[in-house]
Amino acid sequence: MLTKRIIPCLDVKNGKVVKGIHFKNLRDAGNPVEIARRYYLEGADEIVFLDITATIENRKTTYKVVKETAQNVFIPLTVGGGIRTVDDIKNLLNSGADKVSMNTIAVKNPLIIKKSAYIFGSQCIVVAIDAKKINKNKWEVYINSGTTPTGLDAVEWAKKVEKLGAGEILLTSIDTDGTQTGYDIQLTKIISETVKIPVIASGGAGKLEHLYDVLVKGKADAVLAASIFHYNKYTVLEVKSYLKKRGISIRLDR
Amino acid sequence: MIAILDYGVGNLHSIYKAIQNTGLSPVVTSNPKKLLQSKGLILPGVGAFSSAIKSLQKENLIDIIYKFVKTGKPLLGICLGLQLMFTQSQEGGNIKGLDFIKGKVKKIPTKNKLPHIGWNSINIIKKSSILENIKNKTFFYFAHSYYPVVSEENIIIANTFYNIEIPVIINKENIYATQFHPEKSSVAGLQFLNNWAKLC
Repeated sequence: MLTKRIIPCLDVKNGKVVKGIHFKNLRDAGNPVEIARRYYLEGADEIVFLDITATIENRKTTYKVVKETAQNVFIPLTVGGGIRTVDDIKNLLNSGADKVSMNTIAVKNPLIIKKSAYIFGSQCIVVAIDAKKINKNKWEVYINSGTTPTGLDAVEWAKKVEKLGAGEILLTSIDTDGTQTGYDIQLTKIISETVKIPVIASGGAGKLEHLYDVLVKGKADAVLAASIFHYNKYTVLEVKSYLKKRGISIRLDR
Repeated sequence: MIAILDYGVGNLHSIYKAIQNTGLSPVVTSNPKKLLQSKGLILPGVGAFSSAIKSLQKENLIDIIYKFVKTGKPLLGICLGLQLMFTQSQEGGNIKGLDFIKGKVKKIPTKNKLPHIGWNSINIIKKSSILENIKNKTFFYFAHSYYPVVSEENIIIANTFYNIEIPVIINKENIYATQFHPEKSSVAGLQFLNNWAKLC
């Protein structure tokens, strides 16, 4: 039986792991290579690196970190942040990433989704959607690390990226991200039921119930979390044992 | 030396590191001489069936694979590399495969999500040394939308279930293939590669 995936996310800035509240107030939380290795040993199903301040000068640092991580982490590694061209994707995959996640560039140039899915396969193309609630049943897509509104409706955009060949959607609620008050269940559910590709829910994990709720009520295929893991609130194993006990299909063996 | 066939794009880093982990020395290459000299050949695969076949043709690698298989040394196809072993695939039209194994690759019929991405457990249906120290129901990592409908008997070692039964480990003589990615399947995947490496 296919299991729900638990995915620790490392926001990486200049080669260091940081995590902010509402994308701001970054705190230093350590070395990405070591942290990724620890999560792998604890039984993480995948690992995501988001290079949150990726500039051209910092790309090389990212490739180096990805390469070092991939040396002793034998689970899928997704890398996103700062991707602008098909060559950027190629460089990340060649450095050891298994998938890439695109956000801003996907909105600015949607054809990059189609092109990269054709070249590298849909299975390694993740489109990240950062969404902010604008009224009861409506969410707007934001880009540039959650700072720029696009006018795009999140549900419509999700349908479009699926059509263009994205293999997965990494869905972050800007409203709940970093708050540890729970995922946006309503947003996750509507997107997950609209598209046929897997949806990874992100933004807001603080308690174990939050992960359970977004998987069950939000119908997410996977959950991403950062703060609860970085500050040792829970280990990956504790999270997975809890979810398994509550009847969710989870991989516990390594 | 284990050769990892380089025929275009994709992440060959993970499989390289995983083979290194078994104690054998991997080489990522498309050099015919090196490929034929290797003790074992790995055919990785990402992307679409048709573009993979085209790349293999363009680099004149299909004949090399046939020659390698004739030597009796072990070949391992991973993910799309498994699908390439079959007669043909529906992905991108009806495209001819390497035809080592009779069967047709089709899209997974499901109302569930596709691609089939994530960790799924395998059901062992035939004993094999390739599964030494790997228990029934062990989880492996998958990322695919197509699967082979196998027309030959007695070659499926294990399957998984995703709406239908999907063959996930295949062995015919010196040809081995997995639908999952052993190089991304944690400890179980490394154990699988160790078992394969012992055959080399």
